[in-house]
Amino acid sequence: MNLAELQRKLIAAARKNLPAEEMPYAFEKRVMARLAAKPPTDEWAAWARSLWYGAGVCAVIALCMSVWSFTPDSEQDFASIFSQDLEQTIVDSPGDEDMAE
Amino acid sequence: MEQADAELIAAVLGGNTASFEPLVAKYSPRVFATARRYARRESEVEDIVQEVWAKAFQKLSSFRGDAPFEHWLMRMAVRTCYDFLREHQRNRETTFTELSAPESDWLDRFVAAPESASEEASAAKQLIERVLAMLSPPARLVITLLEIEDRSVKEIAELTGWSVPLVKVRAFRARAEMKKCLQRIAQEKYL
Repeated sequence: MNLAELQRKLIAAARKNLPAEEMPYAFEKRVMARLAAKPPTDEWAAWARSLWYGAGVCAVIALCMSVWSFTPDSEQDFASIFSQDLEQTIVDSPGDEDMAE
Repeated sequence: MEQADAELIAAVLGGNTASFEPLVAKYSPRVFATARRYARRESEVEDIVQEVWAKAFQKLSSFRGDAPFEHWLMRMAVRTCYDFLREHQRNRETTFTELSAPESDWLDRFVAAPESASEEASAAKQLIERVLAMLSPPARLVITLLEIEDRSVKEIAELTGWSVPLVKVRAFRARAEMKKCLQRIAQEKYL
């Protein structure tokens, strides 16, 4: 069987078989009715959307905190405050004389 | 773009939804013809066309107006038909026993004397429909647009959103796929 000729004939048959352009009566009315109908609320999609918004907000906050933690002034203040607190705690801790009394 | 179409589109975008109806009435025949290339059942054809119009309405604001509205709509129609083919992939394995008597007779006539097998015969049309249904969605789309509708590679790239090299690769594969389908039909009938 000459497959190339068979393919050519079948393609030619398809070319001659033009699809009909007719449309059902009042089809445009049905389309307009469908467009006018409000789509049902997709609760899962709404929940997923709010989760994405939350994730975005958290990412922004995490980024801001990261930038803030690496700024020189804040690091120094934190360290100095911590060292002052530690020193104060040690100084204020009860000594031997106080315990002996 | 036609003045009437531009005015209707502007009205729809301005909030007058009713102005969309004349567009639907005007271009639906063309969309129906496109959908009938890819779906056999009328219910599926209607679903496809409704889907095309729903998408067109939703994305109307993205229509820039530098090309005719019909071109933009046909792009949407072709892509919706492709989505339909992908969603409705079914077993494309067709055994010889599923060929009807007229199809089988037509093949016999072709083997005996190719010139006697008429392209006008309904059996030939049924046979090509069967072969197209056996193809994968991209192969069927490319064969339909390239071979049957005789469109250029560039046109197909614009309609489908594929790149030109991708269209060429898919065309090459589609032709090979179609050849394999025909080989299978020939083998099952005569071996």
